[in-house]
Amino acid sequence: MMQAALWSVAVLLALAPAGIALSMKKQGSATLYVGCLVVTSALAAIALLNLLDPAHPVLSATLPIGLPWLGAHFRIDPLAAFFLVVVNVGGAAASLFALGYGRHEDSPGRVLPFYPAYLAAMNLVVLADDAFSFLVAWEFMSLTSWALVVSHHREAENVRAGYIYLLMAGFGTLALLLAFGVLAGGSGHYDFAAIRAVHPAASVASAVLLLALVGAGSKAGLVPLHAWLPLAHPAAPSHVSGLMSGVMTKVAIYGFVRIVFDLLGTPEWWWSMVVLGVGAPSAALGVLYALMQRDVKRVLAYSTIENVGIVFVGLGLALAFKAQAMNLIAALAFTAALLHIFNHMAFKSLLFFGAGSVLNATGERDLEKLGGLIHRMPQTAFAILVGCVAISALPPFNGFVSEWLTFQAILLSPQLPPWGLKLIVPAVGALLALAAALAAACFVKLFGVSFLGRARTPIAAGAQEADRYSLAAMFALAALCLIAGIFPGLFIDALAPAVATMVGNSMPHQASLEWLTIVPIAESRSSYNGLLVFTFVLLSGSIAALAIHRLASDRLRRAPIWNCGAPSPSPVIQYSADSFSQPIRRVFGTVTFAAREIGEMPPPGSAKPARLVVETHDLIWERLYAPIGWIIAFATERINVLQFLTIRRYLTLVFMALVLLLLVLAI
Amino acid sequence: MTLVRDLISQGVQMLLVLALAPLLTGFIRKLKAQLLRRRGPSLLQPYRDLNRLMRKDVVLAENASWLFRVIPYITFAGTWVAASLVPTFGSGLLFSWSADLIAIIALLGSARFFLALAGMDVGTAFGGIGSSREVMIASLAEPAILITVFAIAMIAGSTQLSTIAEFMGSSAVGLRVSLGLALIALIIVAVAENSRIPVDNPATHLELTMVHEAMVLEYSGRHLALIDLTSELKLLVYVSLIACMFMPWGAAGPGTGVLAHAVGAAAYIGKLATCGVLLAVFETSIAKMRVFRIPEFLGAALMLALLATLLRFVSGSL
Repeated sequence: MMQAALWSVAVLLALAPAGIALSMKKQGSATLYVGCLVVTSALAAIALLNLLDPAHPVLSATLPIGLPWLGAHFRIDPLAAFFLVVVNVGGAAASLFALGYGRHEDSPGRVLPFYPAYLAAMNLVVLADDAFSFLVAWEFMSLTSWALVVSHHREAENVRAGYIYLLMAGFGTLALLLAFGVLAGGSGHYDFAAIRAVHPAASVASAVLLLALVGAGSKAGLVPLHAWLPLAHPAAPSHVSGLMSGVMTKVAIYGFVRIVFDLLGTPEWWWSMVVLGVGAPSAALGVLYALMQRDVKRVLAYSTIENVGIVFVGLGLALAFKAQAMNLIAALAFTAALLHIFNHMAFKSLLFFGAGSVLNATGERDLEKLGGLIHRMPQTAFAILVGCVAISALPPFNGFVSEWLTFQAILLSPQLPPWGLKLIVPAVGALLALAAALAAACFVKLFGVSFLGRARTPIAAGAQEADRYSLAAMFALAALCLIAGIFPGLFIDALAPAVATMVGNSMPHQASLEWLTIVPIAESRSSYNGLLVFTFVLLSGSIAALAIHRLASDRLRRAPIWNCGAPSPSPVIQYSADSFSQPIRRVFGTVTFAAREIGEMPPPGSAKPARLVVETHDLIWERLYAPIGWIIAFATERINVLQFLTIRRYLTLVFMALVLLLLVLAI
Repeated sequence: MTLVRDLISQGVQMLLVLALAPLLTGFIRKLKAQLLRRRGPSLLQPYRDLNRLMRKDVVLAENASWLFRVIPYITFAGTWVAASLVPTFGSGLLFSWSADLIAIIALLGSARFFLALAGMDVGTAFGGIGSSREVMIASLAEPAILITVFAIAMIAGSTQLSTIAEFMGSSAVGLRVSLGLALIALIIVAVAENSRIPVDNPATHLELTMVHEAMVLEYSGRHLALIDLTSELKLLVYVSLIACMFMPWGAAGPGTGVLAHAVGAAAYIGKLATCGVLLAVFETSIAKMRVFRIPEFLGAALMLALLATLLRFVSGSL
């Protein structure tokens, strides 16, 4: 199995140079994506078999590459197997989608070589079992995704996005490098087994936690390290956007989980405070930012930040319970986090593919130029609708299940003794509830403005339905959202071994319960049955429809829009994306975005039109990133003087540096 | 035998909520009219309206999509399922374990999600303004009710509605500050969610002040009948929710006989009437708010609920 997994990754790596040759051929992109589809499906199958194997085998292998005294260690334990499933199911769906979508690529030579390499890199991060291979794979993942982000390099915006992404990725890797350096300490052991065996001192472990949170968190998009994410994810081709949002953020979370839950051993009680304190605001702020956007893909990218925040809330709760040795409840919170990781992979990839299909059909990402697409692209619209309902955490789809489990864990947290947690957890619950409600608002806006209503531009009115490969990928993911929503017990059971290896216990077996209900702790406490809820809604809706059509009336006629009697001739009169979010901007935006609305009324008698100017600020960018950028620019400006010195001064500098070094050595 | 009885009880409950929902609305309308010294329509008027609308043709906008036609059924089904899971006359509901309180609220959330989409489907400014305001209200009301649920669930040790109802009926509850705060928060949310005064006016058709009515402006015929029935049902759900948690008296426990259920049903109708009177008096004695005052109103609910939860976290007995 291990050999098969490594060989599959090797095939992916080999496909990368083949991509250069294939990009010249006519059917080259189809060939490459079929190859990726086959390999990722195989990898997903291998990982799934390993995860479902009742013996939970831990596979490992060491290859004689990398550092000479270390070699490259690879290992599949249940946690890695779960993340391999996430990576490769997402990868397979993206490859299937790209079979159709990739044909429209203008410059395939900039995408094809990097795409399989990117897939291979994400697999390698999850497979790696020593710090060196992990970091190399991590950096390889960053670089290949960067190449994909700047593949449409003629748009200045994309180049800027790539630049910021490269900076942030480098910063994140640096933090992880330091984390592993601190972990390895004086002993210099870099393979994970050796790190795991040594229990670091509390201060060292805390430093590693913070470094891992910064390093992995910046990749996952935690606020305030998220700045690159909404720029870079939309810039890439849509199937890669889906991979970056749906899969790469999960690989980042894997890095965090591997370091904090696995390598560090028993957590301190206050670690959870830090994780919750970052996760919950990310959830609420991410979705608020998403609501303010007009660009479809940027809405989705910001919503990724929200979902990563939800996952980190689950992880934070798991840490809190694990620190108090309440392993059963920790398992509940950890399961919620893992399930949300899987769910988010499914619906976010689906939504990005939908955005890609819309982009293909209309050439537009701007919501204000779309509208009425449900008539032109009915099948895409249906799949996207499923994704929107699922991501808004509404039953009977999968997003609800993972949020429901997170809420159940929050409800058990009064049992936690530390006072700090008693005060912070209710606030976390409130932020999570707020995020869920705002997410629903956000996706009503996204779907309502782009797919419903009337077409706002001629190009939207003439859109064509997506090709069958794209539709197949979207419908497969939509089906996955529904299945995970109505049979959550099966998924929870599949996660059990991964949960058990990380928190020492797992949720009770769910699939054996009657009617596939899920019961986290005890039935008198809480239970949920997605299947029954779905059946009930379906049944009562159909009965109502049948009864009304039979007994009352089934006549229908079409007429012009009523609109309270006022004619509504132009589609421009429709509610726009900006006007839709205006009430929410007024309620939440005055503080979060320093939003202001200025109505400019011309004086009486003037023929000038009145204008409404809306001003919003990205406060995190302006208060955090801009000053850092300014300081760096200022410092480099000063140091730049050194480039233009005379030889005398250079020699003086060299001499002074030498003296300084000798002094340091002497002391 | 028990299964048959439970099944009957569940079936009766589903039909009962459906039959009572228009009556409750009719009762409140009648009472409001009389408080204003008008005679008001008959108690049965909502049934007549439904009957009339059901028999009429549907006049559909030219560009309405399939989604627009399906949504009335989706919202109705979601709300009806939620209503059938809230204990009314007895707490021994057969399927109560299939969804807890959080799931019931989420089901109502699904119904609202789709209704807001319906407002956007035809592409008019009225529909858009209704949907936009509806989601703004929901974005505050939903966290408020979820936090309220947290507070109650932590006191009762369960999110299972029948367990909560039984716990509230037992003597273990006692007087708690947090429950009082939760009740106020729940009432505020219920008023907002059901588009009642002071948040929205169910009787108005003055375009700029309305929320719910603007969203469903393009509906007609049987679709409109279903939407009206759904909102009547939703009012009943919220009243039943408050009744089963905060007025648990008289409800039949699980496994009790027919007599206890009859008493429970009588008590339930009494509770509905009480809440109806209170709502009518409240609505006649207060003016509608401006739209941007609503966040303050709902923010108060959110803060009260958060306070209740915090009290529960800090002390077990408050």
